[in-house]
Amino acid sequence: MLGYILRRVLATIPVMVIVAVFVFLLLRLTPGDPAAILAGDAATPAQLERIRERLGLNDPLHVQFVTWAGRTLQGDLGTSLISNTSVSGMIASRLGPTINIALLTIGISILLAVPMGVIAAWRHRSWIDFLVMSFSVLGFSVPVFVIGYLLIQVFAIELRWVPVQGYSDPSDGVGAFLSRAVLPALTLATIYIALIARMTRASMLEVLGEDYIRTARAKGVRENAVLFRHALGNAAVPILTIIGTGFALLISGVVVTESVFNIPGIGRLTVDAILARDYPVIQAMILLTAGIYVFVNLIVDLSYTLFDPRIRY
Amino acid sequence: MADASLARGGAFQVLTGYLSLPPGARVGAGPVVAAAILAAIVLATVLAPLYVPHDPMAMNAMARLAPASDAHPLGTDQFGRDTFSRVVTGGRVSLLIGVGAALVSVAVGLVIGLVAGFFRAADGIIMRIMDSLMAIPAILLAIALVALNGPSIGSVIVAITIPEVPRVVRLVRSVVLSAREEPYVEAAIALGSSMPKVLLQHLMPNTFAPLIVQGTYICASAILIEAILSFLGAGVSTEIPTWGNLMAEGRTFFQVKPGLIFWPGLMLSLCILAINLLGDTARDLLDPKMKKREG
Repeated sequence: MLGYILRRVLATIPVMVIVAVFVFLLLRLTPGDPAAILAGDAATPAQLERIRERLGLNDPLHVQFVTWAGRTLQGDLGTSLISNTSVSGMIASRLGPTINIALLTIGISILLAVPMGVIAAWRHRSWIDFLVMSFSVLGFSVPVFVIGYLLIQVFAIELRWVPVQGYSDPSDGVGAFLSRAVLPALTLATIYIALIARMTRASMLEVLGEDYIRTARAKGVRENAVLFRHALGNAAVPILTIIGTGFALLISGVVVTESVFNIPGIGRLTVDAILARDYPVIQAMILLTAGIYVFVNLIVDLSYTLFDPRIRY
Repeated sequence: MADASLARGGAFQVLTGYLSLPPGARVGAGPVVAAAILAAIVLATVLAPLYVPHDPMAMNAMARLAPASDAHPLGTDQFGRDTFSRVVTGGRVSLLIGVGAALVSVAVGLVIGLVAGFFRAADGIIMRIMDSLMAIPAILLAIALVALNGPSIGSVIVAITIPEVPRVVRLVRSVVLSAREEPYVEAAIALGSSMPKVLLQHLMPNTFAPLIVQGTYICASAILIEAILSFLGAGVSTEIPTWGNLMAEGRTFFQVKPGLIFWPGLMLSLCILAINLLGDTARDLLDPKMKKREG
C-alpha cells in the first residue's frame, strides 16, 4: 500500500514537468518577438528591452528554462509585469474568495447530485429519472455565464432575495457571505451536478442489477439501507473518479463565474492577467491549476481503497 | 473493396458499412426534434445576410436600447444596432469555429492516436504529453493561446483544438490497441501487408464510428468555449458579432436590457443542446455497448 502511494505520487512528477515545459515554451515558441507580444503595439524599444531583461529572454532557451524552473521550484513565481508585485503574493491574496466559493460549490454539488442520481436509478425510466437526465443534458449545454445571468435576473433583480454581485468574506459574517456566494456557487455547481448525477445514476443502475441487492431486499433490508449502504458504497468508485476529473470543469467555471459575479478571486486575477498579457501571472496560474488538478486526482485515486476494499495495492 | 461498393451503392453505403449500424436501429422523437432545431439554426444563421431586416453593424443613435418593435423584433443595443440581425448573424462565426475546431481536433487526434496505438516506442512519450495537456484546464489554455497569438478566427480554432486533441488521441489509441489484437489484423500482418496498409485500411476504419460521436461533442464544446473566450474578452475581435461577443457587450446594460444577453444565450444553448442530443443518439446507434454502460 505504502509502495503504491509512493509510486502514484512519483508518477505525478513527469506530468507536472511536461506541464512546466509546455507553459515555458508557450510564450517562447509563439511566432514573433515574445517581448513585443507582451508589451502590445505601443511599446517603445526601451520598454521591450526592459521586458526582455525581466523575463531573461536574451539568454539561450535552455539557460532560461533552468533559471526559471529553479526559481519556480523554490516557490518564486516571478513578479507581475503590470503591478511589479510578486506573483505568489498576488495569488495568495486572491485565493480566499475562490476557495470559499469552490468549497461551497463542491458541497452543494455532492449533496444534490448523488441523491439525484441514486433516485433516478432507483426509479429507472420514471418521470423523476427523466427529469434528472433532462437536467443533466441541460446542465452540459447552457453556458455557465448564461446560467449566472439567469440566476441574477431571477433571484437578485426580480425577487431581490440576494445582492446582484460582489463578495463578502465569511469572517465578516456568515450570512453576508452566503447571501453573496450562493448564486455563484449554484452557477458553478450546475455543470458539476449534471456530471455527477449522470455518473451516479449509471453506476447505481449497474450495481442495482446485482444479485446481492436482490438478496438484501429479500432479507427485508429497508430500501433506504439497500440504496445508500449496500448499493452506493459499491457504486462509489466511478462517482469519485468523475468528481476528480470534473474538477477541471470547476476550475474553468471559476474563471467565468468570478467575472460574472465580480468576485475578487484567482479566476478574475487570471482573466485580468491574460487581458493585460501579464505573462508571469498567466504562467503561474496555469501551473497552479494544473497542480491542483493533478493533486485532486491523486487524492481521488488513493481514496478508492476506502470505498472498495477489494482494491488492494 | 471500398472501390467496388462505391461503384455499386454510393458513398452512403460505404459509410454505413464502416459504421456497421445494428440492424433494426430505431431513432426516437427526441433526436428528430434536435435535428430539426439544429437545421433551423444552421439555415437561419447561414442565410442571415439574405433576410435580416438591418445591417448587423449599422448604428442608429436615435434608437439606442430600443424595446422590441416591428422595426426591431428584439429591440436594439446601446449603439442602436438591431439585436435580431446581430443574433442570427452572430451564429455564423460561432458555428464556423465549432465545426472547424471539431474537424481539426479529430484529424490531428486521429494521426497522433494511430501512431500511439500502433508504435509501442512512441506510445509512452505521446501519452505522457497528452496526460499533461489534459491537466491544464481547457479554457485557461485556450485564453492564454489566444492572448499570445492574436484574436483571429484561425487562432481561436487552434486555441480550442489543442486542449481537445488529447481526448481524441486517447480514444483513437484505445480503439487501435484493441483492434490490433483481432485475428484479421494479425492475418494481414502475417500475409505481409505493408505497415501503412494495415494502419490505414484495417485499423483506421475502426475509429470512424467513435470519432463521429466524439467530433459531435467537440463541436458542441468548441461553440461553448468560443462563447466563453469572447465573453471574457479573449475571443475573436469584438467587431465581429459572435454569440459570445454579443453577450460580452450586453453585460454593461444587463440590468436595463437583459435580452442583450438572453437572446444570444438562448440561441447558443439551443444549438449546443441540439448537437449534444444528436451526439448521444449517434453514440447509442453506433455503439450499443456504450449505451448499456451509461444506462
